[in-house]
Amino acid sequence: MSSDDALAHASVAELGRLLARREVSAVELAQLFLERAAAHRRLNTFLDVRPELTLAQARAADARRAAGEDGPLLGVPIAHKDIFVTRDWVTTASSRMLEGYMSPFDATVVDNLARAGMVCLGKLNCDEFAMGSSNENSAYGNVLNPWDTKAVPGGSSGGSSAAVAARLAPVATATDTGGSIREPAAFTGITGTKPTYGRPSRWGMIAFASSLDTAGLMTRSAEDCALVFNSMLGFDPKDSTSIERPAEDFARHLAAPMRGIKIGVPREFFGAGLAPDVEQAVRDALRDYERLGAQLVDISLPNAELGIPVYYVIAPAEASSNLARFDGVRYGHRAATFDDLAGMISRSRAEGLGAEPKRRILIGTYVLSHGYYDAYFIKAGQVRRIIADEFQRAFTQCDVIASPVTTSVAFGFGEKAADPLSMYLADLYTVPGSLAGIPTMSIPCGFGGHGRPVGLQLMANHFEEARMLGVAHQYQCATDWHQRVPAGY
Amino acid sequence: MSLKLDDVHRIAHLARIEIDDQQAAATLAQLNDIFAMIETMQRVDTTGIEPMGHPLGGGQRLRADAVTEQIDRTVNLRNAPAQDAGLFLVPKVIE
Repeated sequence: MSSDDALAHASVAELGRLLARREVSAVELAQLFLERAAAHRRLNTFLDVRPELTLAQARAADARRAAGEDGPLLGVPIAHKDIFVTRDWVTTASSRMLEGYMSPFDATVVDNLARAGMVCLGKLNCDEFAMGSSNENSAYGNVLNPWDTKAVPGGSSGGSSAAVAARLAPVATATDTGGSIREPAAFTGITGTKPTYGRPSRWGMIAFASSLDTAGLMTRSAEDCALVFNSMLGFDPKDSTSIERPAEDFARHLAAPMRGIKIGVPREFFGAGLAPDVEQAVRDALRDYERLGAQLVDISLPNAELGIPVYYVIAPAEASSNLARFDGVRYGHRAATFDDLAGMISRSRAEGLGAEPKRRILIGTYVLSHGYYDAYFIKAGQVRRIIADEFQRAFTQCDVIASPVTTSVAFGFGEKAADPLSMYLADLYTVPGSLAGIPTMSIPCGFGGHGRPVGLQLMANHFEEARMLGVAHQYQCATDWHQRVPAGY
Repeated sequence: MSLKLDDVHRIAHLARIEIDDQQAAATLAQLNDIFAMIETMQRVDTTGIEPMGHPLGGGQRLRADAVTEQIDRTVNLRNAPAQDAGLFLVPKVIE
């Protein structure tokens, strides 16, 4: 392995140490990852790359270090999902509607990480407006799964997952509304983490469903995630649902032993529909946890399966409201011909928005319309509370919950694209945690059919990210699934 | 419950998305599949349960009604499809 290869495969923690010891510079790291992204352009992970800007940020990071500044992320590269607005890179949310859009400001998450000295490698492909489970809804083409280019990389954060899996970035931001971090992380064999709703700022994160949208990370390990969370999360007065809490060290429980930890195993998450290869890998991981000293506890989340119908009322309802801003007046696509203002708006939206955002806007408009609001939107909010309350009861019996992330390994391109309902059902195990607003993550735990990766989902109670990351880290100290790299990368 | 073609046109109008008959027909079949799935939540008795709007139950935080940022007009007009004299342009709406 050349020294460049070693750097590309080093963890965020290790890169930070090498930078601190002046064994590598931020500029050298930026060049290395820019070259890797260019060499693997076929994966279609990046939507906008501007090497001169990346290198300028890297030079600035090196200058900060030369001036005496320190910090574990100073000079470490990162790539951002195209849902986060950036002043210097085009932001499209993978939509034709926002082709060429230049934001007047940086998202808080982007800003927080830049202040910690992280160097932006560019913007990552995703499903349009973060709506999808395969990245096939991007207006800018499919992202390929580096493990098997016939398989989807998951969605909506498919560019983020594929980029980290292929070592085109040591870490990438992502967003999760119903599973958009965990499902792609599972499909690409990496660690994907969604913190508690309200911990990361939503300011500058293009809104899909505001009561669910949560920024998170694609990393190669739980330890890396903890390190980056330390700089990324925190109260933001510009986000009205941001949570005010004292700063904490998300790495503080990494070394905590498993003895005495109770892991809840929800029996409803192992029912019909779960592919045998996924079940096998997940059950093996649970046995590994027992060997590490954890205790498995049988728990029940009886209404979790209703997460899908509840989610597909609430998320489209909120989306129909949020996406009303795309009217072709102040920014975004405007139709070339129209008769009047109303026609301009309707045609601009018809041309600028893809099939999936349109479908969700229509669902949302219907469930919020006169006569249907109580039967759908209010009812969904009530069942959402029932599901969230079941999690609270479960957490009186256990510290964390473990389950599969997905019912199968990554599916092939085109397998579900023609049938939106089958695509929606892919979120079966991830949606309940989103509705409850709890922190949850996917860690690699083996391989299934066609050598495609399998993810183990961990869920913890509100604000228990540090505990959850510790449980994940202990598994990653005892196994090497998270260190497996797809051939050719 | 099943939607009809007229419902799709009505919803599309409310959502301000232009749609032709062929697209509406294809959309109708998909929406009916999706709503059949959504109907399964109706089996839960939710009498007396407060709908959940925010996962942590918090109310909306209010801030002082003070100017917190300055808008740079040039920067904000940069993405406008049509503009003139510092204004966003739209088709004439008043005769």
